[in-house]
Amino acid sequence: MSDKALTGLKVVELAEFIAGPYCGKLLADFGAEVTKIEKPTVGDEARQRGPFPDRLPDPEKSGLFLYLNTNKLSITLNVETATGRNILKEILKTADVLIEDRPPAQMEALGLNYESLHKVNPALIVVSITAFGQSGPYRDYKGYAINASALGGQTACAGEMGREPLTPPLCLGHYQSGVAGATAAMGAIFAREASGKGQHVDISEAQVWATLHTGNQESSFIMHGMKRMRWGHRTPGVYPYTILPCKDGFMSMIAIQGYQWKRFLEMIGDGQVPEWYSSDPRFGDRREISLKYADEMDGRLAPWLTAHTKAEIYRLCLEKRVPFAPVRNMAEVVNDAHLKAREYFVEVSHPVAGTFKYPGAPGRLSETPWAVDSPAPLLGQHNEEIYCKRLGYSKEKLEALRTGGVI
Amino acid sequence: MLGDLGAEVIKIETRSRIDSMRLSPDNLDKEPDKDPWFHSGVRNQLSITLDMEQPKAIPLLKNLIKMSDVVIENFSPKVMKQHGLDYPALKQVKPDIIMISLPATGHFGPLRDAQTYGPSLTGLAGVDGLVGYYGERVLGLQQAYADVNSALHGAFTVLAALYYKKRTGKGQFIEMAQLETVVSIAGEAVMEYVMNGKVLGTMGNYYPTMCPHNNYRCAEEDKWISIGVKTEDEWKAFCQAIGDPAWTKDEKYADKYSRLRNRNELDRLVTEWTSKLNYYDATEILQKHGVAAAPCLDTEARFFDPHLQDRKTYLEVDHPTTGTDFIANSAWALSDNPTEIRYRSPLLGEHNKYVFKELLQMADEEMAQLEADKVIY
Repeated sequence: MSDKALTGLKVVELAEFIAGPYCGKLLADFGAEVTKIEKPTVGDEARQRGPFPDRLPDPEKSGLFLYLNTNKLSITLNVETATGRNILKEILKTADVLIEDRPPAQMEALGLNYESLHKVNPALIVVSITAFGQSGPYRDYKGYAINASALGGQTACAGEMGREPLTPPLCLGHYQSGVAGATAAMGAIFAREASGKGQHVDISEAQVWATLHTGNQESSFIMHGMKRMRWGHRTPGVYPYTILPCKDGFMSMIAIQGYQWKRFLEMIGDGQVPEWYSSDPRFGDRREISLKYADEMDGRLAPWLTAHTKAEIYRLCLEKRVPFAPVRNMAEVVNDAHLKAREYFVEVSHPVAGTFKYPGAPGRLSETPWAVDSPAPLLGQHNEEIYCKRLGYSKEKLEALRTGGVI
Repeated sequence: MLGDLGAEVIKIETRSRIDSMRLSPDNLDKEPDKDPWFHSGVRNQLSITLDMEQPKAIPLLKNLIKMSDVVIENFSPKVMKQHGLDYPALKQVKPDIIMISLPATGHFGPLRDAQTYGPSLTGLAGVDGLVGYYGERVLGLQQAYADVNSALHGAFTVLAALYYKKRTGKGQFIEMAQLETVVSIAGEAVMEYVMNGKVLGTMGNYYPTMCPHNNYRCAEEDKWISIGVKTEDEWKAFCQAIGDPAWTKDEKYADKYSRLRNRNELDRLVTEWTSKLNYYDATEILQKHGVAAAPCLDTEARFFDPHLQDRKTYLEVDHPTTGTDFIANSAWALSDNPTEIRYRSPLLGEHNKYVFKELLQMADEEMAQLEADKVIY
C-alpha cells in the first residue's frame, strides 16, 4: 500500500447507514485507518438495505454497505454493555477521530458523551452527525433524511405548488452531512496541532441543508423579501432554466447568458432565430418570459424537442456550445464514454458479494491517489486483528467476550 | 469553507468579467457589491481585482501564489494552461503548492469541453432523473446542488492534501470533476444498476423500507409536515399519536410491506389527521410519541424557526451596501473554534491595497500605473 494523504490518521466509526459511514469512507479512501464498530450479529443497518445481487438479501452483499465501507476494518462490539463501553474507551485512547451518529441523549446515557470521552483521550476529535444536532430545542427529536431536509428547507424547493413537496432522493442529505463531517474533522485536526486538544464537531443534517444548500435564500429574503417556492420543472428568474421532454427522455436546459440561448434558437431554426421568437416583443426579456410566458415557451419548443432524441440534441449542443445536458439514468451514466475514458468507475472484488463496478474517486490527487485497497469488510472480520493483536487480548478472552454477547 | 475554518482566502476577480455570483438571479439591483447570494456565500474572503487577460497580471499572480499554500480554480479546462498558470507552471513557482481544479466534467475525456451549469450536472450525473412525483415526469432538484457538493468535497480534499504536505513537505494537484463528485453521492443508484441492471425513475417521496414516508398537508395554506416511520414500534407509536383511529387496525396496514403496497390510501388517511393541525403542533405530538417528524420550512419559516435560531444558523452581519445582512453559518459547529465572520463579503477589489502593497510590497506609483493600465481592474 502506497503512502496516502491521510496515512497515519486513526479513525473509529461508531455509525451506520449513510452519513457517518460516508464520512468514514472519505477518510479511509484517502488513507486513514478507519475501524468500524458494528453491532454483534446484525451489524450496520446498511447491510440490510441492499440493493442485493439477484435481489437475494445477504448482510455481506448489500450494495449500499459495500460502497460506503471500502478500505475499513470491521469489529463487532456491543456498547450497550458496560464491558463493551470500556473496550470502546480503550480503543479510543489511541484514536484521533471518533465518528458517531447516536442521539445525543443516548450517548449521554451510555456515558459516551463528548465530555466523558474527552477525559479518556483529551486529543480525541469527536464528530457527531445527527439530524438536528447536539443543541437547540429539537436536539432530542427523532429525524430521518426526510425530516432533516424538511427542516433545512431543501424539501420546500422541489415539487409543484398545490402538491406535496419532494424530499431529495437517495438520502442525499446524509452524504452532505458526511462530507461536512470529514471537512470539519480535518479543520479540527489542524486546530489540534496548535492546541494539542481535540474538540467536538457537531453536524446537524438540517443545518447542512439550511446553510450550504438553501442558506443564500435567507439573504435574498432579508434583502428583497424573496421566497423560494416549488416551481416544478423550472426555476423562474431567467428562461430557460427548465427541464423539458424530448423524444426519448428529458433535457436539462439552462442558459444564463443571452448568447447561449441565441445559439440554441439558431440551432432549432436551421441557423436563424425562428421568426415566431424574433418577431414577438414579449420574448425580448428572458426574465419576463420566465415569469409570464414560460408555459407558452415550453409549448413552442416542444415540437422540435420531441422530434429529437437526447443524444441528438446533446451532440448538437456540444457542437454549438449550448450548455444544455441530457437527464441521464444510471445505465447511461455507468456506460458513459466520458466516464469510461476517465476510468471513473472502479472494479472492486469482494469475497462474498463478487465483483462490481463502484463509483470511484470524488477527486483525483496527483501525489496520493484515491484507491480502493480493500473491499468493505465482513462483519467482525478484524476482531482478532484489533482485539488480539492490538489490544493484546487472548483468544480465550475473545471467546468469552463473544459468548458474553459483547463482541 | 476554508475561510470559515480560519484560512486567509484571497479571491481574484476582475471588473472586465464580473463573477456571476455577484450578478445572481436574486440580485435585483444588478449591483455587483449588493448580491444576496454573494453576501452569504462569499464571506471570510478578501477580494482583489486583477485581470488575468492582461499579460502583466500573470507575474503578479505568481508572486501571490508564491506566498500561498493553496490555489483554487474552476475555469473551463484550457483557461489556466492558456495563461501559463496550470499546475506544472505553478509548481515551478512554488514547488509545494496544492492546486485544486473544479471543472464541470473534468480536464480530460470526450466531454471535457462541455459547457454545463450546476443544475444540469445533476441531470448528467443521473440524480435529477429520480426527482419528480412517483412515476411521473422529471422535475429535477432545481438547485445548484453539484456546485455545493463539489465545493464541500473540494474543501475536504484540500485539507487532506494539506495534511499530507505537513507530513512530507509535498504539494499536489487535485482534479475534481463536478460530474464525478455527484455520481459519488449516488452510490445506491449506481449499485442498483451494476448489481441488477435496474434503473430507478422518479421516486416521489417513496422510500423502499419506510411507510408512512411522505410530506403531508397541514392546516394552513401550503404548510406540510414530513413524517418517516421505519420500525413496527414507530408505527405503533404513530397510531397512538394520532389517536388510534379504527383504520389503523386494518390488515392493509398491519406491517411495513402491506403499508407500502397500500401507501396511497394510507397517505390519504394520514392527511386526514395532519390537515387539521398546524405543522409545528403536529410535529410536537408525533415527536412526543417518538415518531420522526419535522415541518417543511420555506425560506421565511426557516428564518423564524426557534431551533435554527438557537443554533445560530443565520448570522447577522453589517454590510455597507445593505446595512445588515443575514447570512448562513457554516455547515458545522466546532466546539472550540466556532465560525466567526472575520470578513463580511468583500466589495469588488476591496483588499487591493492590502494585497498589492502590504503582501506584494508594491510601490504607490507602480500600483497606480497598473490601475491605469487596467491590469489591477
